[in-house]
Amino acid sequence: MITKRIIPCLDVRDGKVVKGVNFEKLREVASPVDLAKFYSDNGADELVFYDITASAEGRKLFTDVLREVAQNVFIPLTVGGGIRSTADFERVLSCGADKVSVNSGAIANPTLIGEAAKKYGDQCVVISADIKRVNGKFHVFAKGGREDTGMDAIPWIVRCVSEGAGEVVVNSMDTDGVKNGFDIELLQAVCEAVDVPVIASGGAGKKEHFIELFKKVPTVDAGLAASVFHFGEIAIPDLKKTLSQNGITMRI
Amino acid sequence: MIAIVDYGVGNLFSLCSSFKKIGAEAVITSQKSVIENADKIILPGVGAFEDAAKKLRESGLGELVKEQAQKGKYMMGICLGMQLLLDKSFEYGEHDGLGLIHGNVTPIKGYVRSDLKVPHIGWNGLHFTKENFLFKYLKEGDHAYFVHSYHATDCQDVLATTEYDKALTAAIGKENVLGCQFHPEKSGDVGLNILRAFVEEKD
Repeated sequence: MITKRIIPCLDVRDGKVVKGVNFEKLREVASPVDLAKFYSDNGADELVFYDITASAEGRKLFTDVLREVAQNVFIPLTVGGGIRSTADFERVLSCGADKVSVNSGAIANPTLIGEAAKKYGDQCVVISADIKRVNGKFHVFAKGGREDTGMDAIPWIVRCVSEGAGEVVVNSMDTDGVKNGFDIELLQAVCEAVDVPVIASGGAGKKEHFIELFKKVPTVDAGLAASVFHFGEIAIPDLKKTLSQNGITMRI
Repeated sequence: MIAIVDYGVGNLFSLCSSFKKIGAEAVITSQKSVIENADKIILPGVGAFEDAAKKLRESGLGELVKEQAQKGKYMMGICLGMQLLLDKSFEYGEHDGLGLIHGNVTPIKGYVRSDLKVPHIGWNGLHFTKENFLFKYLKEGDHAYFVHSYHATDCQDVLATTEYDKALTAAIGKENVLGCQFHPEKSGDVGLNILRAFVEEKD
């Protein structure tokens, strides 16, 4: 049977890995190429790279890094950050990305997902949504979590999937960086609403949080985290062993 | 030298890199002479069957690949490239493949339990149904990375399956013509070991 996936996420700025805590105060970690190799050797099922650079030089550094990663790491690579057009899809796909994740780009340009899915296939297009509760409702945020779009998250995700997004990354801003567990309520709502793979992001602090995620939301496909992996608080081989012992199908 | 046939579908960067990683020389090419002179051929492919089959036909590369296979050259189709080796696909209509291996390509939807997600995306275990040199470095249950909505059926030459409620075809092969539904270039060491076995096989 298909396994649940464990996905480390690498935020890259100016060619280096950083991790935001509640999207602010960025900290540097290590070389993305070294870190990617390390994760691949240690059982990561997939890697996500977010380009959080604003400048053109930064973009160039990012694609250089991506190309080097893809020459050395042979597991699926998802790339996001600054994806606004199908030309941006082309830019990262030609450097070895397998899937491309869109966030603000899909909010600004509602036809982007459809165009990209037609050109590269649904399996290639990932909708990544930053979601936060506002007055008891799940709202979609844009621009790295800085701007409330006022849109309800679930209908937004359903629309993106109907236009051709083949996978959904749900990033809960309420649980991100807090290390108190994934946003089970939000993830249940998303998994109810769509039938494409859903990746949970935001809130992992310890191994038990992943057990809780896969037990309480059995249709979720993957758990994504950054700092707990980067700082060695959770070792992926140990995490996968624990999950497997708890009856969750893993690639060991 | 391995020729990775470029007929305008899909991203061949990782595939080419994976051969470099195992120390094999691989070139991405659409040139007839390069393909004819290659030791082995890789037929890649992602996307829709109809579009890919049309591109293979119109470029003449389909005929060339078929000719090379019939001469006994080792070749491997990957993902949609594997499906193209078969007789027919029923993806949005009915379309002819290269017919190098007998069998059809049919939807996973309707074949497996309705609550299972299609496409079948992710890591799944391999179950070997026939012995083959491709698997010489692998063990039963090793995981490979899949992304597909259709799979091979009515095929006598299934080498491996993967379980997704029912058995889905994971690999096919008949003499010098082989195919993997999964992506060896994205399946970590398991995938690299399949490519290594393919490269090492002597005529």
